[in-house]
Amino acid sequence: MLWYLGRRLLQVIPVFLGATLLLYAMVFLLPGDPVAALGGERGLPQAVQDQIRERYNLDKPFLVQYLLFLQGVFTLDFGVDFRGREIMDVIASALPVTFKLAVMALVFEAILGIGFGLVAGMRKGGWFDGSVLVMSLFVIAVPTFVIGFVLQFVVGVQLGWLPVTAGRDPGFRSLLMPAVVLGAVSFAYVLRLTRTSVAENLSADYVRTARAKGLRRSQVTGRHVLRNSLIPVVTFLGADLGSLMSGAIVTEGIFNINGVGGTLFDAITRGENVTVVSLTTVLVLIYIAANLIVDLLYAALDPRIRYA
Amino acid sequence: MTTQFPVTSGSPLSDGETRPTEQPLLEIRDLAVSFTTAAGEVKAVRGADLTVYPGQSVAIVGESGSGKSTLAHAIIDLLPGTGKVTGGSIQFDGRELVGLDRSEIEHLRGRDIGLVPQDPMSNLNPVWRIGTQIEEALKANGFQGGRRERKERVSGLLAEAGLPDAERRARQYPHEFSGGMRQRSLIAIGLAARPKLLIADEPTSALDVTVQRQILDHLEVLTRELGTAVLFITHDLGLAAERAEHLVVMFKGRVVESGPARQILADPQHPYTQRLVSSAPSLASRRIQVAHEQGEQSGELLARHADQEATRVPDVVVTRNLTKVFQIRGARPGSSVDFTAVDDVSFSLKRGTTLALVGESGSGKSTAANMVLGLLEPTSGTVEFDGVDVSTLGTKELFAFRRRIQPVFQNPYGSLDPMFSIYRSIEEPLRLHGVGNKKQREARVRELLDMVSLPQSAMRRFPNELSGGQRQRIAIARALALKPEVIVLDEAVSALDVLVQAQILELLGDLQDELGLSYLFITHDLAVVRQIADSVVVMQNGKVVEHAPTDEVFDNPREQYTRDLLAAIPGARLEGAELAG
Repeated sequence: MLWYLGRRLLQVIPVFLGATLLLYAMVFLLPGDPVAALGGERGLPQAVQDQIRERYNLDKPFLVQYLLFLQGVFTLDFGVDFRGREIMDVIASALPVTFKLAVMALVFEAILGIGFGLVAGMRKGGWFDGSVLVMSLFVIAVPTFVIGFVLQFVVGVQLGWLPVTAGRDPGFRSLLMPAVVLGAVSFAYVLRLTRTSVAENLSADYVRTARAKGLRRSQVTGRHVLRNSLIPVVTFLGADLGSLMSGAIVTEGIFNINGVGGTLFDAITRGENVTVVSLTTVLVLIYIAANLIVDLLYAALDPRIRYA
Repeated sequence: MTTQFPVTSGSPLSDGETRPTEQPLLEIRDLAVSFTTAAGEVKAVRGADLTVYPGQSVAIVGESGSGKSTLAHAIIDLLPGTGKVTGGSIQFDGRELVGLDRSEIEHLRGRDIGLVPQDPMSNLNPVWRIGTQIEEALKANGFQGGRRERKERVSGLLAEAGLPDAERRARQYPHEFSGGMRQRSLIAIGLAARPKLLIADEPTSALDVTVQRQILDHLEVLTRELGTAVLFITHDLGLAAERAEHLVVMFKGRVVESGPARQILADPQHPYTQRLVSSAPSLASRRIQVAHEQGEQSGELLARHADQEATRVPDVVVTRNLTKVFQIRGARPGSSVDFTAVDDVSFSLKRGTTLALVGESGSGKSTAANMVLGLLEPTSGTVEFDGVDVSTLGTKELFAFRRRIQPVFQNPYGSLDPMFSIYRSIEEPLRLHGVGNKKQREARVRELLDMVSLPQSAMRRFPNELSGGQRQRIAIARALALKPEVIVLDEAVSALDVLVQAQILELLGDLQDELGLSYLFITHDLAVVRQIADSVVVMQNGKVVEHAPTDEVFDNPREQYTRDLLAAIPGARLEGAELAG
């Protein structure tokens, strides 16, 4: 177990190096010259441009730039962006909000998705199953921003139950609606996955054995059907945390949240290579961590899985 | 009343029919069960009657699809899917079970009627400890006592079911158990609450014969001690007759015959029962043997044997000191343990004859067969085909070699591609080897279907539209397509019902005579061996323990292991009694 954990942590190193190198190369190859664009319509004098290039190491070859970036990462000093802000500060201001939002979305989709999926799977073919399936298809098919705007208008503006936008330092109430919107599509997937898995497990031989033992239906469902059905769902949820964090850009835009999405979009349009790569790297690391947790959870749920 | 379960010790055939004064424990009258499918209502059980007295053992015998499992599951309302009792009554202990509501039947399950299900591999939940799963059965059925007592009881039950070191075993998970150990755990679950009736649904059909025997012996002792009535469900007539006092034969949803086991065996009345009795391999083979001894009827058989002895038939496959070592991941990272699956195995297959490779699962027989087929590289030793060492063949020669030796596998559901039509499945090897043009290939497919006695119209159908026996015929047709000299049959009839099994064995025999094929027949079922093989190789733990002509192995087994295997054939103990009586 410890050995497994150690090996998995060691695997982070090549993934980290590969991901950053790839990211750096892609950002480097983006068309346009960010420094030239800094001056707007009139442009900056050549000497100033050269000076900026030298300061941000943009005059150096690709590989040197990349190595300098790595040095920054390991000394925890990413440097400053074109506007003079510490990149560390930029990340520190954007990440927590998005993380909070993503975790709330994850909790929402897990609880409701598994709950609805369980009931639908138990009564496969019934009216609840039918309506829930149609609902989930609808959620998957309608774009996030449509759901977002409609909810914002109905719940926020007309009913006034929840804040319309999140704003600075949003709390639980402000983030509730964005989290629901962000998790909506995944909720539909979790629901469908749980439903299929439950329906399949219901006809498993060991479920019949459990019933033959004389267990009550609720015991059979909780101990034998649900636990076995959760194994594929947990895999999906783990991978989803990463997608939620990087996919929050639309939701963040609608509810005016200063999170990772907006920051990243800004940095890309301005050609702030180091900001883009740093922020994305953090996302990659979170993704890896989430997957590791999933793998460990997996072993807790399914004793057949052994770490060697 | 003297005793509830009269036992004339040693003889399970004791006639338990005379119980006129006793109140039946289970009485099923005119029961009908149907399933609703897209095609309409399917009647699985139509008017079945059945009576079980306290402490009695009754077996329902029939082939798959006869409704025997459906009948058993209807008793405790565990019918799968859309199954529904549509008529009749089930009286248990004087109480009507049909129409009970959910909580009442839940109360009954486990406490009054236990179930030992069919497949030990899939009937335990893989994510819970064995002990936990037994504990559940105790908790659900009103076990008095705290946590400690419960744990002790769990170990006690496991020990009672014949698992040594029960306390430690209870903390293990199902995947750490062998099939036999799992079945013992399931028996512990079934008997946990001391039910009055135990339904044993094919309790051992997924296990090796030797394990099967141990478990059934144990179950018999246990239920006798506890005074539990047992309702066996089985397709194996030999097993049923050996283990139950009373037999009920089901055919197409109806009970066609019922009576004392011995009487049914000796004098079957219904034509279906007669067919079943005559084709049960364990019993039929004995008949051949008796005929053989008396010099009757089997003159042909003897003549063929004599022929072979006289005209020294050449060997077509010879293995010399065949060894296969697998490396298994060790306990510590990076370490590995050598596992010798096949250990110094030598045997030879004479042209035009059948060699059976017999052993329990894990004895290395399939590994040996895969090496003969050239699908696995031997670690050492050689396989010679027609005098040529197979390992010396180049890529092209190997391709040509594969034409001459073809396999048929165990599971006819898994070995045919469900997306391929039957035509495509049979035609594929011809196309791969570039045999003939499209017209000629189609003619060959038709010819092959004739050979395996299937209508040519089967060509356009898909595997899921055919029965298990029909699929196995298709697999045989596919193996024959390239006109091979040797066919390796890896448990080719093990998954089939006895009647179908008999038909396929007959077909194989006819094809052998017609085409001069040589068979390497891999099986764990010695009863089948007797019917088809000329000589037998008995394997245990990767080694050959006995290699001799079939008659010699059966009449005069030299090794203890072979004797154990022979004694474990269900019905083997019966034959003497039956023939004497």
